[in-house]
Amino acid sequence: MTDLISPDVEQLLFDATTSRSRRIKNRLASIWMLGALVVAVIPLALVIGYVLLEGIGQLSVAWFTEDLPAVTRKAGGGMGPAVVGTLFITLGAAVMAIPLGILGAIYLHEYGAKGRTARLIRFMADVMTGVPSIVMGLFVYTVWTLTFGLNGFGGSLALGCLMLPIIIRTTEEMLRLVPDELRQASYALGNRKWRTITTVVLPASFGGITSGVMIAIARAAGETAPLVFTIGAARNLNLNIFEGPMTALSVQIFGNAQTPFDAAKSRAWGAALTLVAIVFAMTILARVVSSRVARRHAA
Amino acid sequence: MTLLTHDDSVTPAGGGDASSLLEPTSGRRGDSVFKTVALAAGLVVLGILALIAISTTREAWPAFQQEGFGFITSSTWVPADGKFGALAFIYGTILSSFIALVLAVPVSLGIALYANEAAPRRFRKPVVYVMDLLAAIPSVVYGLWGIIVLAPAIQPVYKAISGAVGDIPVLGWFFNGDSGRSYMTAGIILAIMITPIITSLSREVIATVPSAQREAAYGMGATRWEMIRAAVLPWSRGGIVGSVMLGLGRAMGETIAVALVIGSQPQITTHLFEAGDSMAAVIVNQFGEASGVHRSALIGLGVVLFGVTIIVNVSARSIVSRFDRRSQGA
Repeated sequence: MTDLISPDVEQLLFDATTSRSRRIKNRLASIWMLGALVVAVIPLALVIGYVLLEGIGQLSVAWFTEDLPAVTRKAGGGMGPAVVGTLFITLGAAVMAIPLGILGAIYLHEYGAKGRTARLIRFMADVMTGVPSIVMGLFVYTVWTLTFGLNGFGGSLALGCLMLPIIIRTTEEMLRLVPDELRQASYALGNRKWRTITTVVLPASFGGITSGVMIAIARAAGETAPLVFTIGAARNLNLNIFEGPMTALSVQIFGNAQTPFDAAKSRAWGAALTLVAIVFAMTILARVVSSRVARRHAA
Repeated sequence: MTLLTHDDSVTPAGGGDASSLLEPTSGRRGDSVFKTVALAAGLVVLGILALIAISTTREAWPAFQQEGFGFITSSTWVPADGKFGALAFIYGTILSSFIALVLAVPVSLGIALYANEAAPRRFRKPVVYVMDLLAAIPSVVYGLWGIIVLAPAIQPVYKAISGAVGDIPVLGWFFNGDSGRSYMTAGIILAIMITPIITSLSREVIATVPSAQREAAYGMGATRWEMIRAAVLPWSRGGIVGSVMLGLGRAMGETIAVALVIGSQPQITTHLFEAGDSMAAVIVNQFGEASGVHRSALIGLGVVLFGVTIIVNVSARSIVSRFDRRSQGA
């Protein structure tokens, strides 16, 4: 409404000109909207609170360096192989999905635009973001694990398939934000289209693309279902993602949560805290990068 | 394009010769190579989707062949006897996702409207942050919290409710049973997980409502709620339906959290507080010890899940994209 009258007067006018039942309905709607936010914050606070309180006691140097205990029902041992597994498998996925995703997005925005092929790919990338992660796991099981056995790379393939459509769509959004004047200026200097894309368009959208990529990596790092069938269950450190079973934080949480033993449950909370810390760090970093970019655009 | 290329392929020596400038340079080849590579990367998406459908169907074929339509119409799932009817799991997937929608839609819409229409400007960003964090928590962590904290804590509540209304017709059909790990608990956890998705998508849709519409409603003397009903909701209805369907697709495919809290009892019951099972959950719970036709049948569940989520997503995306076109045209 207008700023010409003070909020108090505005309230008085509103009360005087609006019938009781309309005011009550308006009130109820406001309560619903604010109440909905409160309802959503409660589980967030509870989950984060429990993960922090139950998990913090597990963390130590040994937690990150030692192998998993031979007997899950007893305390002791560490989560080292799972931390390494999560990082390596996710990194492997990122190495495959990031170049493919960015190139795909370049096709969609710089070449395909509104053409039929681009529209189909764009639509299917959207659909692909909705494919359940467990289906990706089964898919990789049938095309990779059945032939090459359980190893970290199978997990990377599955996570890469999950990341790819997210990277394509967020990168395309970022390319769309690059002003056309930049492209035209580059053409006017005699640059070919591919030089324009690699030396002008991509650097201009670097921040936004980075932020989208990090969100995709954070999502993938927390995935469990695609890893259960593809990476196996290792207890010891395995640094080679192409050979032999590995393990990951998410898989450890899933396994330990189902046992009735207190030591295993504590270990699940510790792994949950470690995983949430990794994922949140990436999410917040992505936010910071993208808001810095937004500020630069505004300036 | 320009005739004169200042490409690095043009050497100073050739610079004086005008005809060499008109010749196709390696820069042009670079262009077509780059375009082809980019197109190939884009086509990977289509390739993966096709490959998913082909490879999983092929592995699931023995089970489909053995069971025929019984695979989705029979509810007898006894791996030891070689019987694989998935109806109870399909039912569980639908019921738990439906509970999740009933719980999540009012909350998500409320938050989306609050963030776009009601919140003071300085609160809008924090609301988005909260939703981001909710979406960032891995599903296995929700499952861990669900199985260790929520299920034991909510079990007495279920017991009290079914004690109070269990004998009343209609209410008693649904609000019955006393299992901490149950359809209802799975629905609650799923609701928490899909709320950020539905919220952020419907927020984007609501943001496209032209402010002229809002001002017109206010100009007629509408209260904020009347303005929302007259200007915001009709404009964004299609997009909101689409975002709810995307949330549904996510809920149906969610595996780990559901596997932990649904109770793993394949039974078809209307009692919401009793243990059940879902397609995704049974795959992850039984795959480790499965072999032969049993494994085929589990992959077959994945094929059914893939098919259903594709249908849900395609229709949701079509609704959303039709909506996008309209708002761009306006």
